[in-house]
Amino acid sequence: MAAKGWKEIPIGGTITEAGNAKEVKTGSWRVMRPIHDKNKCTSCMLCWLYCPDQAILQTQGHMDGINYDYCKGCGLCSSVCPAKAIEMKAETEFLE
Amino acid sequence: MPITMKELALEFDKKNPGITQGHRLCPGCGAPITAKFVLMVAKHLGYDPLVGVATGCLEVSTTIYPYTAWSIPYIHNAFENVSATVSGVETASRALKKWGKIPQDKRYAFIAFGGDGGTYDIGLQSLSGAVERGHNFLYVLYDNEGYMNTGNQRSGSTPPGAQTTTAPVGKVIPGKPQLKKNIVEIIAAHENVYAATVSLSDPVDFFNKVEKGLNFQGPAFLAAMSPCVRFWRVPESDTVKIARLAVESNYWPLYEVEKGVYRVTRKPKSFKPVEEFLKSQGRFRPLLSRPDADKIVGELQAYVDARWKRLLALEEATKDKPIRK
Amino acid sequence: MVTVAEKTRAKQALTGAEAVAYAMKQIEPHVVAAYPITPQTPIVEYFAQFVADGLVKTEMIPVESEHSAMSAVVGAAASGARAMTATSANGLALMHEVVYITASMRLPVVMPVVNRALSGPINIHCDHSDSMAERDSGWIQLYAENNQEAYELTVLAVRLAESKEVRLPVMVCLDGFILSHGVEPVEIYPDDQVKKFVGETKPSYPLLDTSHPVTYGPIDLYDYYFEHKRQQIEGMKGAKELFPVIAREFERSFGKKYDFVERYRTDDADCVIVALGSTNSTIKYAVDWMREEGQKVGLLKLWTFRPFPKEEIRKALDGKKAVVVLDRAASFGAEAPLYEAVKSSLYNAVHRPAMGSYIYGLGGRDIRPEDIRKAADDALKGKLNADEQMYLGLRE
Repeated sequence: MAAKGWKEIPIGGTITEAGNAKEVKTGSWRVMRPIHDKNKCTSCMLCWLYCPDQAILQTQGHMDGINYDYCKGCGLCSSVCPAKAIEMKAETEFLE
Repeated sequence: MPITMKELALEFDKKNPGITQGHRLCPGCGAPITAKFVLMVAKHLGYDPLVGVATGCLEVSTTIYPYTAWSIPYIHNAFENVSATVSGVETASRALKKWGKIPQDKRYAFIAFGGDGGTYDIGLQSLSGAVERGHNFLYVLYDNEGYMNTGNQRSGSTPPGAQTTTAPVGKVIPGKPQLKKNIVEIIAAHENVYAATVSLSDPVDFFNKVEKGLNFQGPAFLAAMSPCVRFWRVPESDTVKIARLAVESNYWPLYEVEKGVYRVTRKPKSFKPVEEFLKSQGRFRPLLSRPDADKIVGELQAYVDARWKRLLALEEATKDKPIRK
Repeated sequence: MVTVAEKTRAKQALTGAEAVAYAMKQIEPHVVAAYPITPQTPIVEYFAQFVADGLVKTEMIPVESEHSAMSAVVGAAASGARAMTATSANGLALMHEVVYITASMRLPVVMPVVNRALSGPINIHCDHSDSMAERDSGWIQLYAENNQEAYELTVLAVRLAESKEVRLPVMVCLDGFILSHGVEPVEIYPDDQVKKFVGETKPSYPLLDTSHPVTYGPIDLYDYYFEHKRQQIEGMKGAKELFPVIAREFERSFGKKYDFVERYRTDDADCVIVALGSTNSTIKYAVDWMREEGQKVGLLKLWTFRPFPKEEIRKALDGKKAVVVLDRAASFGAEAPLYEAVKSSLYNAVHRPAMGSYIYGLGGRDIRPEDIRKAADDALKGKLNADEQMYLGLRE
């Protein structure tokens, strides 16, 4: 967002829009990209549990995939996956 | 009934625990995982969590104005005073309930997060004061063994020989000479408290202790093994693996002290040598390449062994004998 | 022991500490977090007794240091509670970083400061070095001349701090030992009148409202800090505008008039003395004494040091022959703080008076009418040197 003037922001340095950090798409940090293999995945939820950026998408305990808007490519998901269902690939493979 | 990962997965598939995406913590950082675990359990138990955070990695990286990665009420004051600040918040809630401004049945969870700087060192007085006064809050230490937000300066929590910028391993001095300060013992010594170690590698034990801490009538303290992938010099994907190694090598024993009663919550049949834990991280490489490395590692191993014996003895001696009612 | 006379409003013999503690009792803040330090201690002690006897519902936090006292007050105030603390000297210095933070978070905290000299050497007696060291902190600073004013300004401060246009914390300064421990006649107003005047606190973005989660204390990079500070400056402007409005309301409720400054026999004065705090009583005595001898001396007493009343000072002193400013604090390597500020206020004066700076009373050194007469004499005899630092009561 464009920087605002002193009259336009709440006083006291208070941030009143809860959780607005979601506007920052940390997916742009990625150097490695996790690729999820639905066939190997058992929806054990370990990747979801450990993702520091809550970038694992799941519905009622069923793994849906990766939220690439926020995934920083740390590879924790791949590392903890007992079924080896997540592979880390170079982000350059996915450049347009 | 222990809380399971499955339960939390079902509850939080679409619901946010209180910390959101979009924070600027390093990829693979242990701190947001720690925060997420604590907040999921708090919400799961029906609490309305509020957090205070001491200056440090978690604070700075989640609240770069005008963005905040907190979807729950949050306050940061200064470096050393999160416990005093949360004392004020907790007291205000009791006062306002007394005045009838807040419904009596509103169940807040007052949670303070601090790194090792804000807990072991500069924040120790404030924490001790808040515990002594008996405020009903949960203090969670995300222990990454150094002042990491400012670039890896040594803290009272840094292990001996770890490479830090203010106690570097040099030609003459082999890094920090002191062993790690035992913060859990310090807090447990206040007696009117629930204090425990937790590790990301043992999530069920972690959830269990968060539950105990939140439900404990009075102050509770959790020391969470929270590896810093950046300054421990480990691959970003290895956070949980390193935390597990810390527990498996007895470097970070999992235990709890409740009003003076010790309980060791994980008792492996055998431990890996602590050297394996050291070898797994680049911050120990300068130490391990020194001629006196064996001596220093030996001292650490001897301490770890002696500490384990002591914990088991304390567990035996204090069984069912709380020092406070 | 204070007894409240409902109808007759008779005066009672009270120390400043007791009067301030009683003001706090009538305000009945939700939370008080305090750490004892001489000579503020009796305030905390009286209030603790009120709490222990159930005379107030206030939750009191016996913190382990002043840094934690202000920190707990920040937590409580941000939560939406009315929170107060009190301190002196090194206690104020210890909480210094949090004092700035309180103002930056725009929390309407009221804190009596019992003025005492900053160490070292350690000295428990009165001077203004403690509050002067906080003059840039963003707090409103009010100074009491006597115990009645200490009591009244504490009450008035709550309204000033909590006003929407202000939302800044307020320090109510009263001289250590001289006022805090000295017994003076004080009129205590009825509880219901005081409660009606301070009203209910209307919190802004309370932390405890979990349905509207807010973040307090983010990190500002270079792209926002300046704007946040500019907002604080605006808050002080609001304080300058609102103080007379609240003072008028105070006068309507209690009959006592407050302003930025009090002019005492200044209209036809040749020499005007300027000062803060309890010394003003001694100066009034010296002024009357000199007036009896036909010497035209007057006093400009400041009630507010922050916001600094530049225009009011200029209006009062423009055209006077001479002005002597008495400072109970030094600023090493520069002119004394009150002198510097008063002199600066006269920059745009049409007729600038001769000026002299007199430092007095450091570490509780007594100041007598004879000492004040000396300064006034220098002024009347045309012996003032605006660039020379003078001292009253110092052994050379």
